[in-house]
Amino acid sequence: MTQPISTGSEWTFELIERYHDVIGGIAAEFGLDTYPNQIEVISSEQMMDAYAASGMPVYYSHWSFGKHFLSIENQYSRGQMGLAYEIVINSNPCIAYLMEENTITMQALVIAHACYGHNSFFKGNYLFRTWTDADSIIDYLLFARNYVASCEAKHGVDAVERVLDACHALMNYGVDRYKRPYPISAEEEQRRQAEREEYLQKQVNDLWRTIPSARAEKETEQRIPFLKEPQENLLYFLEKRAPLLEPWQRELIRIVRKIAQYFYPQRQTQVMNEGWATFWHYTILNEMYDRGLVTDGFMMEFLQSHTSVIYQPPFDSPFYSGINPYTLGFAMMRDIRRICEQPTEEDRRWFPDIAGSDWKETLQFAMKSFKDESFIQQFLSPQVMRDLKLFYVVDDDLRAEIEIAAIHDDEGYRVIREQLSRQYNLGDREPNIQVIDVDMRGDRALYLQHMQHNRRPLGPDTDEVLRHVHSLWGFDVHLESVQDGKVTQSWHCPPEPDQ
Amino acid sequence: MSYLIDRRLNGKNKSAVNRQRFLRRYRQHIQRAVQDAVGKRSITDIEQGEKITIPSRDVSEPTLGHGAGGNRGIIHPGNKEFVAGDRIARRGGSGGGGSGEGRASNSGEGVDDFVFQITQEEFLEFMFEDLELPNLVKRQLAGTETFKYRRGGFSSVGTPNQINIVRSLRAAHARRIAMGAPKRRRLRELEAERQQLLQADPLVRDTRRLAEIEEEMIVIQRKLDALPFIDQFDIRYNLNIKEPQPSSKAVMFCLMDVSGSMNQATKDMAKRFFILLYLFLKRNYDHIDVVFIRHHTSAKEVDEEEFFYSRETGGTIVSSALRLMQQIMRDRYPESEWNIYGAQASDGDNWNDDSSVCYELLIKDIMPHLQHYSYVEITPRDHQALWEEYEQVQQLFPDSFAMQQIVEVRDIYPVFRELFRRRTA
Repeated sequence: MTQPISTGSEWTFELIERYHDVIGGIAAEFGLDTYPNQIEVISSEQMMDAYAASGMPVYYSHWSFGKHFLSIENQYSRGQMGLAYEIVINSNPCIAYLMEENTITMQALVIAHACYGHNSFFKGNYLFRTWTDADSIIDYLLFARNYVASCEAKHGVDAVERVLDACHALMNYGVDRYKRPYPISAEEEQRRQAEREEYLQKQVNDLWRTIPSARAEKETEQRIPFLKEPQENLLYFLEKRAPLLEPWQRELIRIVRKIAQYFYPQRQTQVMNEGWATFWHYTILNEMYDRGLVTDGFMMEFLQSHTSVIYQPPFDSPFYSGINPYTLGFAMMRDIRRICEQPTEEDRRWFPDIAGSDWKETLQFAMKSFKDESFIQQFLSPQVMRDLKLFYVVDDDLRAEIEIAAIHDDEGYRVIREQLSRQYNLGDREPNIQVIDVDMRGDRALYLQHMQHNRRPLGPDTDEVLRHVHSLWGFDVHLESVQDGKVTQSWHCPPEPDQ
Repeated sequence: MSYLIDRRLNGKNKSAVNRQRFLRRYRQHIQRAVQDAVGKRSITDIEQGEKITIPSRDVSEPTLGHGAGGNRGIIHPGNKEFVAGDRIARRGGSGGGGSGEGRASNSGEGVDDFVFQITQEEFLEFMFEDLELPNLVKRQLAGTETFKYRRGGFSSVGTPNQINIVRSLRAAHARRIAMGAPKRRRLRELEAERQQLLQADPLVRDTRRLAEIEEEMIVIQRKLDALPFIDQFDIRYNLNIKEPQPSSKAVMFCLMDVSGSMNQATKDMAKRFFILLYLFLKRNYDHIDVVFIRHHTSAKEVDEEEFFYSRETGGTIVSSALRLMQQIMRDRYPESEWNIYGAQASDGDNWNDDSSVCYELLIKDIMPHLQHYSYVEITPRDHQALWEEYEQVQQLFPDSFAMQQIVEVRDIYPVFRELFRRRTA
């Protein structure tokens, strides 16, 4: 009979290391491939700091992070919110934070969840592999922070804040959805930045020497080539084409754009990522229990917090705020294992490929090759839909009543799966807005188009966001919502006089 | 390969700068909240921190998103009795099943407000921002505690904690060069001679001379080696010079009417005014004297405790307080050394012919020596003789005499700000 690693609830560095070794060993047996881990023990104040900066260890300064911090501090101090147990950063080595206030059980849970669950997801999932560069992100953020600070010193905090505010408003429209971005590297960025500055200097000299301002403006106009096809990456477009921006302002846009790109895969794989990590902490800690490495008390504490993490309040509960990604992800991951190990007749019909296959390989395949949208489309089983009692509501403002279009029964399974998958498609979730034209001969106005889907209108922030676009573009900005080729609504900045 | 790092000792206020950015951006909101808070608070907890509430639309970060409307479908969990094809009346207009968009709040504040806490320090900073004592001048070089130490070069005497290492080693180096120079010169001469001798044919070489030279060289080398690396003589000390600082000594006279005509509410307002003033002086000025005078028919100098909490009362003779103030000024605060300020609070009620006495006292004996004098009248009623007399004083001393009226508690802070607003000269 093996002795449990520990019996008390206090943690020590030696204990954490022993747990980490054991967990790492079990994870390797299950075939999890991870980046090296860097585990950092921090206090709750530091956790709040990290929280406020999207979990990143370095970030540039901006008031919105301060706002975020204040609201966390306020909620935390009044006991309305526990801090997340863990923050984990997609970097190489993979940085995970442990909070000093936690018990050894929680530390072990976090190690299994973050250092092996999320970590292996970051390393394995195709989106992260293609779109983010775990090796260089920390260096890049450091470059970004120093660059923003130097801009603040040169041009004033307010000027920098104006540009960053505008960029943040468009952050979700600053990603390339189909092209792989070049890998970023801090040195490269610095060198490129220096080149830029040099070029700028030459420009300035040229201006001083001969060209009067009127002619300079004319040249700007000629520099904008004709827009051949609509551009969906608004920040990229503004960075490259906005006529009046200074080089440092373009650089700031670029920084926000790069960071948005880095976070883009995380937004697309929330269910999978959390489901994967939750599945593995659950599996690994149970394995430890089976081997007699942890006590009953340990398991009770672990299960208590595990169940509260995966709790899904029903739609009519006051605590309901949409589907809990932990619940859905965890249920699906477990279900895949079940289908592999104990397939029912229904499973054989629905999943002929994976029913009865090796569960570890199948899960690895699922984790590596999908994002939320396609993962749900592929693997959401009738069993999970029944367990979660999913139903589909159609709310059409042309009709007086809302309709229950499908529920978890034979007729409804495919509809629900289709709809839930769509619900996780960022392209559906966010309005589709593109740059379609620039009036180059005339007033240089920028034309944006919103391709409406299912007649869903734009939200109340639209005017505000348009003002931000205007501040970057420098000339008039027009936005039209188009449904079936007809303009349904339009916005202008500055507002048109007749409105 | 993995690392376990203890970061708990690293700084924890990484977000401090972002917090400051936030406070800076919403300075006006916070200032307004502070202003409201000052009006609402009881006298004793006026210096606490404060919970600031800002409407969330003002702090929102806009993003493009879908609004309510159109045809939208949502998947919800937890079905209980619905079957496909059920139709349900729409609740509230948006959101399927009454949820989705809006988030309920169970904390008392609506989700519409952004709430956070500022510290006491920040509260006071916002409260007294841009305020100062008017016409403060640096009067004279006097007083024992107004010395300041300033770096004043280097000295060869001092205490070990003030040793300047660079200077000391430089001096040692110089000394070694200077002391060794004649010896090294001699050494070079001898070496040259020795080389000359060595070059000569071994048959005719003067070996005796050679031996002599080599012996002397050894002696000189030994002397050179014996030069101490560092000597007591080399050590230099940083020198600090004590310099007298021009002082700006100031005294504030607080004159409060506690007569019977002042009812409890009025007295409370007067106290609030003086508490603000007292906090402001304590916080923004290091060395300031405050003289508290309360008066009814007779005036009395009291300490802080008694000034704010005593309940003694009686009739009203304002001039008694002014007389006492003049007396104290003459005895303890010579104009040549002190910036003298006065602040007076009263309900404007005075003994019939006393107001003209006040006028005389002020223009003849007090105002000429004062930097600034402010008068607040706490009354919802019409002004009486005292106000009219004081208006004449103001005409004579437009720069240094200010008067304001307070009707309600919430006027106090704005009036206070107006009186001590920083003026651009």
